[in-house]
Amino acid sequence: MRDLDFDHKAEQGKAKKAALGTDIDLSTFPSDPVHHDYVDDLTVISEEDRKRMLLAGVDVSETERSGTYVQKDSSVLHSHSKQEGLEVIPIKQALEQYDWVYDYYWKLVQVDTDKYTARAQLDLHDGYVIRALPGSKVIYPVQACLYIDKENLSQNVHNLIIAEEGSELHVITGCATSGHLRRGLHVGISEFYVKKDAKLSFTMIHNWAEEMMVRPRSVGRVEEGGLFLNNYICMKPVKSLQMYPTTHLVGKGAVARFYSLLVGSPGSTMDVGGRIFLKEPDTRAEIVARTISNGGEIIARGDLIGEVAGVKAHLECKGLILNGGSIHAIPELRGMVDGVEMSHEAAVGKIAQEEILYLMSRGLTEDEATATIVRGFLSVDIPGLPSQLKAEIDRAVEESDKDMM
Amino acid sequence: MLVVEDLRVELGGKEILTHIDLEINSGENHILFGPNGSGKTSLLMTIMGYPQFNVTGGKVIFKGVDITNKPVNERAEMGIGMSYQRPPTIHGLKTRQMVQICAKNGVDVEGLAGKVNFTDFLERDVNDGFSGGEIKRSELLQLMAQNPDLMLFDEPESGVDLENIPLVGQTISKLLQRDIEVDPERSRREVREGRTKMGLIITHTGFILDYVTADKGQVLYNGVLSCKSNPHEILKCIAELGYEECVRCAI
Repeated sequence: MRDLDFDHKAEQGKAKKAALGTDIDLSTFPSDPVHHDYVDDLTVISEEDRKRMLLAGVDVSETERSGTYVQKDSSVLHSHSKQEGLEVIPIKQALEQYDWVYDYYWKLVQVDTDKYTARAQLDLHDGYVIRALPGSKVIYPVQACLYIDKENLSQNVHNLIIAEEGSELHVITGCATSGHLRRGLHVGISEFYVKKDAKLSFTMIHNWAEEMMVRPRSVGRVEEGGLFLNNYICMKPVKSLQMYPTTHLVGKGAVARFYSLLVGSPGSTMDVGGRIFLKEPDTRAEIVARTISNGGEIIARGDLIGEVAGVKAHLECKGLILNGGSIHAIPELRGMVDGVEMSHEAAVGKIAQEEILYLMSRGLTEDEATATIVRGFLSVDIPGLPSQLKAEIDRAVEESDKDMM
Repeated sequence: MLVVEDLRVELGGKEILTHIDLEINSGENHILFGPNGSGKTSLLMTIMGYPQFNVTGGKVIFKGVDITNKPVNERAEMGIGMSYQRPPTIHGLKTRQMVQICAKNGVDVEGLAGKVNFTDFLERDVNDGFSGGEIKRSELLQLMAQNPDLMLFDEPESGVDLENIPLVGQTISKLLQRDIEVDPERSRREVREGRTKMGLIITHTGFILDYVTADKGQVLYNGVLSCKSNPHEILKCIAELGYEECVRCAI
């Protein structure tokens, strides 16, 4: 049951360049589907693929996971929920089977935003719908993996993440490419719904390849008393990454926190932002970014918009330039009325020699001292994040400093 | 043994230490006095190997090895350690992790921290928002884990509240093997002679001398070591006559 209206709108957006980021010639990235068989047992996935997935936080053994979705190229490899009150469904299947999906599909992201959103409608491969039913607490994270194996493929996915009223849901999503892949495009639409008094944490780890182009488009909506934690980690090389996830706090007391850790390697361009609209009293927003340029180019944007009195918002953007490259921090605050409390701090610098020497006087070599400081710089305490996800983030940080040093 | 021979040091192109000679034998503890800005911290930092302190003449020899040009970490590995007065904050590095770094091979972090009342700070970032006294206890905790042979203390009692001064003093005394407990096996003299740890302590107030015995005192005045004597005597002299008197002693 395809909605022709979306197709029609998408056609109109097909040629539209994105507001930010290098324009991509989509004709060089075909969307032709690549078939892979569905597997019931995740352990049949090849050792190599498994390792790549694990680096992105997706563990095929499903230890301490409450559900799994794995998509390779355009095909769903696996999708299931281990817990009652939790649904994990491929989006194409969901669109065919459930009318309620249309209450969410393209309701936050506009299908004609740009050529990438248009492609995600016109050439949709698949994607996941993850939903925690009202009141259900999904303590172990649900894991989702979007994996690209086919050279030059444009992988087009659309995801819906819904935390129903009073529920708690943690999702870790890893996007990765197979070891041999060099070039490809990932277009990912994500729409987040955090309903009244629900709690959603969404942790995304990206492990791309050197010639990968990445264009996620995501928007969230948080209702009264809801909490949305959005963590983004990208520490591996990527040719071009541009995204500006946006969240609307539409209910009293709603909270959103965005944390991102970025490492820009040589040849990588990352333009990553976060935008939060505070539309109701007592809403809170926080955006924290830690960026390291290791020779790449990073633009770290942040935009907080306080529309009513009694909101609080803070933006923190810290950058370290380690081995050349550049970091451009663009923090923006917009207070629209009296009575908003908004602040930001941004800093771009280098590692202080004094800190390196201090650690050296405790016996570390200069390289070890530098690595320790970098690891500390990237270690951000994220309140409310389950320990499994904290461990995944720590692991990504560990991996990245092996590469950096 | 530490031997500093005719050491001359520049900082930012300006000579700050002139012809320093200093010898600390195995098991000895020395006290370093001197007015503000006389170069005490610079001397410690030079012995530790901080590169901004440019050695323009003389040598630093430790355990028979000329370490004048060795980097900080190699000196640390050879057994030199320092308790800083104002160490930098390291964001994202927990004090617990720092203690583990100091110890290298596994350590009972809780047990050590308990000795300096620092258990509550182990999950805090190193030096982040620590008060003066907390910094000193954190530094001592790190030194305990590191357990170096030569310990350089930069004003270990400054900023420490009265209640914690005995704790700081006794900890330093233990670190320097000066905390003599009754040992049925060995006489006090044997224990004393068996000491190997060396100390060089900067103090303004001399409070530390109530807890830590010392073999020698020295006064650093305008970049020159001007006096070698019993530390209590020096302290008394400074208290009565001020550092001006040291000018007369500086030859």
